Amino acid sequence: MDVSHDTLVVIAKTVGLFLLIAMFLAAVVYAFWPSKKAKFDRAARSVLDDEDGPCR
Amino acid sequence: MVAALTVGTRVLALVILGIGAIVGLAMAVAGAGQAFGVHGWIVLIYCLVIAWRVMLQLDAPEPSPSRLRSYYDDPIKMGVVLTMAWAIVGMGFGVWVAYLLAYPDLRYDAAWTGFGRLRPVHTTGIIFGFGGTALITTSFHVMQRTSRARLAGEFTPWFVLLGYQLFVILAISGYLMGINQSKEYAEAEWYADLWLLVVWITYFTLYIRTLARRAEPHIYVANWYYLSFILIVGVLHIFNNVALPVSWSGSRSYILWSGVQDAMMQWWYGHNAVAFFLTSGFLGMLYYYLPKRAARPIYSYRLSILSFWGITFFYVWVGSHHLHYTALPQWVQTLGMTFSIMLLVPSWATAANALLTLNGAWHKVRDDATLRFMMVAAIFYGMATFEGSFLAIRGVNALSHYTDWTIAHVHVGTLGWNAILIFGAIYALVPVIWRRERMWSPRLVEWHFWLAVAGTVIYVFSMWNSGILQGLMWRTYNDAGTLQYSFIDTVMAMHPYYMGRAVGGTIYMIGMLIGCVNIWMTIRKAPEAGYLRDMPKTPAGDADDRRVPAE
Repeated sequence: MDVSHDTLVVIAKTVGLFLLIAMFLAAVVYAFWPSKKAKFDRAARSVLDDEDGPCR
Repeated sequence: MVAALTVGTRVLALVILGIGAIVGLAMAVAGAGQAFGVHGWIVLIYCLVIAWRVMLQLDAPEPSPSRLRSYYDDPIKMGVVLTMAWAIVGMGFGVWVAYLLAYPDLRYDAAWTGFGRLRPVHTTGIIFGFGGTALITTSFHVMQRTSRARLAGEFTPWFVLLGYQLFVILAISGYLMGINQSKEYAEAEWYADLWLLVVWITYFTLYIRTLARRAEPHIYVANWYYLSFILIVGVLHIFNNVALPVSWSGSRSYILWSGVQDAMMQWWYGHNAVAFFLTSGFLGMLYYYLPKRAARPIYSYRLSILSFWGITFFYVWVGSHHLHYTALPQWVQTLGMTFSIMLLVPSWATAANALLTLNGAWHKVRDDATLRFMMVAAIFYGMATFEGSFLAIRGVNALSHYTDWTIAHVHVGTLGWNAILIFGAIYALVPVIWRRERMWSPRLVEWHFWLAVAGTVIYVFSMWNSGILQGLMWRTYNDAGTLQYSFIDTVMAMHPYYMGRAVGGTIYMIGMLIGCVNIWMTIRKAPEAGYLRDMPKTPAGDADDRRVPAE
């Protein structure tokens, strides 16, 4: 199988570019989805007092 | 510690250790007369010593089933001690190598004392011995606490921790005997690499199985960082070590890749060892111990998620910046450089997130040296990532590459960020795990802190000066258009900075030794906290809660 340099450049500049943009947007949407705020706030606080269990 | 295992687990341990001992014996016989045979003996003795420890308590009574309702901290205790032991080994060899470079006579004419053999002992001792053991140890702590769940299994944590130690011992003893596959940070030969793969896959499954048991609905972000560290280091390790052994009874092997592909694979691995071993895993540590010690939630949890994906997706592209001006195609070099610069955004977002967490709690930073360790680590992280992005630019790299500037940069990271964060995490962890009110001596923590900071600053400034001087002397031309300085001129010019580096390293090492004493005395002497903090409080009181403090 021979893939030329030009082919790779085309793929990198089209699929590669939009793939990275899509992944970035997915991360942003996940992190900033409004209804997740309560869940994230709770998670951030959850580590402050974790020596007392409950432990399963 | 053995008595806390069930009898079945003790027998399982003996079976595994027996298999290990047989493999070691086979290696010793097959490789008799070579370094490979010595490694066989090391494997054999290592397995027998642990087996002897297990045998001593084979007949101890079964542990109480109520232990299953508390966190499993025995491997963490062992891990803390091993981490500090590796700090002594790794930093000890580092200081030796530093003096050796300033005073080349310190070789004493033995084959194993050459720079080429001692240097990988230092790097592996620090990165894999000290750093890796600290990562495994803290991850055992973090995964249990953030999941509110006990480690999945009692045998696998020991297998991972002690199996990993065997890998590092094989690697380091091999370098001293001349076993080295000449790949930076991946010097260990094929059999040690295969063993690490077994340990690493077990580690990954242990992590996933513990998370699967979690009582918390959300997986806390520190676990994401630890998991990316384990997963990607595993992938990198496989690809960079695809080698064909010359024989089953010798250490020599040949790597599958050749030429520039090998170089690209090596630096894809090499830089991502920095990225996922020394950054991702340590960010997991930071995201747990910093908010915990400051008693404040992380400034922005959302930003921590965003920077996680930023760091993960940018870092895997940057390895080629180690190969500027080489046979590697120019566009691949430029790709690595571009991603290196973009990487500054999530890196600084992370450093800012850590420092903003402390905003409003600066009085705690002033009073508590443990928290100050973590704060300074975050600052050094910010400096190291800025410098890294800067050095990745091709024009800057032309001056810095192959000079001591690189050494300065690496030590901003390892001394200032990694080791200082480990010390902060350990000072936070030790009293919790051993159920002590506090460290034995807060004053010694304070001393350790200032010695660590002073040592880092002296080391790094020496090497910055040395590196830039060296780089400039290499490229200075005279009127005739030839080089102004001979190579030995540059070596002579670096001598004072080499002495400065050795002094900085010595100061840092003294601080670390003070830390070892303090940790040891905390285990032995510090006042016990009057309660068992990880025991669940149930209405029936059927757990071991006799020492739960009265409200």
